[in-house]
Amino acid sequence: MTAFILRRLMQSVGVVIVMSLIVFFGVHVVGDPVYLLINPMADQKEIEAAIKALGLDRPIWEQYWHFVSGALRGDLGRSFIFGEPALTVIVQRMPATIELALAALVMAIVFGIPLGLYAGLKPNGRISKVIMAGSIVGFSLPTFWVGLMLIMVFAVMLGWLPSTGRGQTATVLGITSSLFTWNGLSHLALPAINLALLKISLVVRLARAGTREAIHQDYIKFARAKGLSERRVIGVHLLKNILIPVVTVLGLEFGNLVAFSVVTETIFAWPGMGKLLIASIQSLDRPVIVAYLIMIVLLFVVINLVVDILYSVLDPRVRLGEASA
Amino acid sequence: MSIVETPVSSIEPAIEEDPAIALPETPFRLFVSEFLESRVATAALVTLAAIIVLAIAAPWITPQNPYDLAQVDVMDSRLPPGTKATAGYTHWLGTDGAGRDLLSAMIYGLRISLIVGVMSGLIAVVLGTTIGMAAAYAGGRVENVIMRIVDLQLSFPAILLALMLIAVLGKGVDKIIIALVTVQWAYYARTVRGTALVEMRKEYIEAARCLGLSSARVLFKHILPNCVAPLIVVATVLTAHAISLEATLSFLGVGLPQTEPSLGLLISNGFEYMLSGKYWISFFPGFVLLLTIVAINLVGDQLRDVLNPRLKR
Repeated sequence: MTAFILRRLMQSVGVVIVMSLIVFFGVHVVGDPVYLLINPMADQKEIEAAIKALGLDRPIWEQYWHFVSGALRGDLGRSFIFGEPALTVIVQRMPATIELALAALVMAIVFGIPLGLYAGLKPNGRISKVIMAGSIVGFSLPTFWVGLMLIMVFAVMLGWLPSTGRGQTATVLGITSSLFTWNGLSHLALPAINLALLKISLVVRLARAGTREAIHQDYIKFARAKGLSERRVIGVHLLKNILIPVVTVLGLEFGNLVAFSVVTETIFAWPGMGKLLIASIQSLDRPVIVAYLIMIVLLFVVINLVVDILYSVLDPRVRLGEASA
Repeated sequence: MSIVETPVSSIEPAIEEDPAIALPETPFRLFVSEFLESRVATAALVTLAAIIVLAIAAPWITPQNPYDLAQVDVMDSRLPPGTKATAGYTHWLGTDGAGRDLLSAMIYGLRISLIVGVMSGLIAVVLGTTIGMAAAYAGGRVENVIMRIVDLQLSFPAILLALMLIAVLGKGVDKIIIALVTVQWAYYARTVRGTALVEMRKEYIEAARCLGLSSARVLFKHILPNCVAPLIVVATVLTAHAISLEATLSFLGVGLPQTEPSLGLLISNGFEYMLSGKYWISFFPGFVLLLTIVAINLVGDQLRDVLNPRLKR
């Protein structure tokens, strides 16, 4: 077990190194580093000073080392637009994004599992067909268009929910979030539904496939033979077993949610990291872009690592297969 | 899908056939008739064909050339659907913020969306297939390195990878295509490598090798044709995905330039008017985009069912 975790950890470190190389060369070599890293408003003298200060006259490996050691100290440069360290700018916007992603994740579980379970138990029922057709549409719909339609229907035509921004926040147990105020929740509703839709479709499909597979297994037959109530067979025996793949996939999908929040945040003017990224790309605020990319790479590597380890705990075959391969 | 085998003759595909071969038992005919078994998939295929014809015929069927500034009047901007144009025809779907006839702009936009999606799909297929085949054939360290890269890439969401590339490369049609190809080649490589590995263990490959055929011939004439079926399935789904991704990037304002308004850009342009109730500028292009993507996905779904030997009845 320890060997497995260690090996996975080393692989993750390898990935981070490779990604840092790609990001570094992407920004410093493919583009012109002077143009990328120095404020375009600067005059010739300032540019020369900045080249010296940034060490751009030194050999490339030395520059890379400088970049890495800066990154390790949490110094990823200053934002041109905000004049603050890029990392600070991003970290400030992180809670809003996490809040949105979590809300979407909860929605995906709350709606996805019961619907998928139903569709799996009655695969030929009319409602099941509607659910499955809905999940295909949910997969096909581009997120941004759904967002627009949600705004059109619920904000413009019906006027039920606000369409832009984050609502009031409140602090409970040291966590400041808009989940704790009515106004905050009403602002969260549309973006969260928008972000969750794709994941609901995914969970429906996973839960349905899992149910269809599990329902013919011996342990379900055995539970029924024992005379357990149908409620208990499905609610405990079946549900427990379909939860494993669903939870694993959703764990992996959390990073995906954070990434997709780029779209949702832009539509609903949600003040998170994703909206910041788009604004930074449009205003060529390179330090913020680099900082965002590095944060997201780290997030993904950590998520993959955790899921891998959890998986090997849940399913020993993964570990053994790895050792023999 | 029906479990009982439907009599094939009852759904005769509309292809002229030599009467000498009366039974539709050529693999292609079988494939066509199996595909047409699903009414939904058939409808999707017809819709898709209509969409493609529309896009190709854009210059001849649209009432207005939306890029010809002489034909566009800013005074006509944001007219609701059904308004009569100054030029005499009717703006059936209204006009957009720049006074373009929305129907015309949409058909032209559809064209750009499809071109970008299909172009990047084709390049990604060629690239991914080559790399996947190389990995399967070379084996050992080369394969390990390639598959590590594929795994690494597939663990990042497509949209994020595309955004990274756009952030570094900048905007433009060519850059979008580069980004889409970079995002998608790995799926093809994985598919081809998986299929090729299975095929390579089979006896006919061994036989071909024993005959002393060159590796290139074995790879391209014997293994590759057997990878085509899964490739087609993956390609349909990924093309839909590419179109959707391009639209998303354009909507976010980091995709195609304003001079080449794809559907995503049209939707984005309409977004600012949406809050004032002028829904049509965003709604209709979005609907067409949706129709295209759903149609491709449904066709892909049916292709998977028909081409997958494991689901063969």
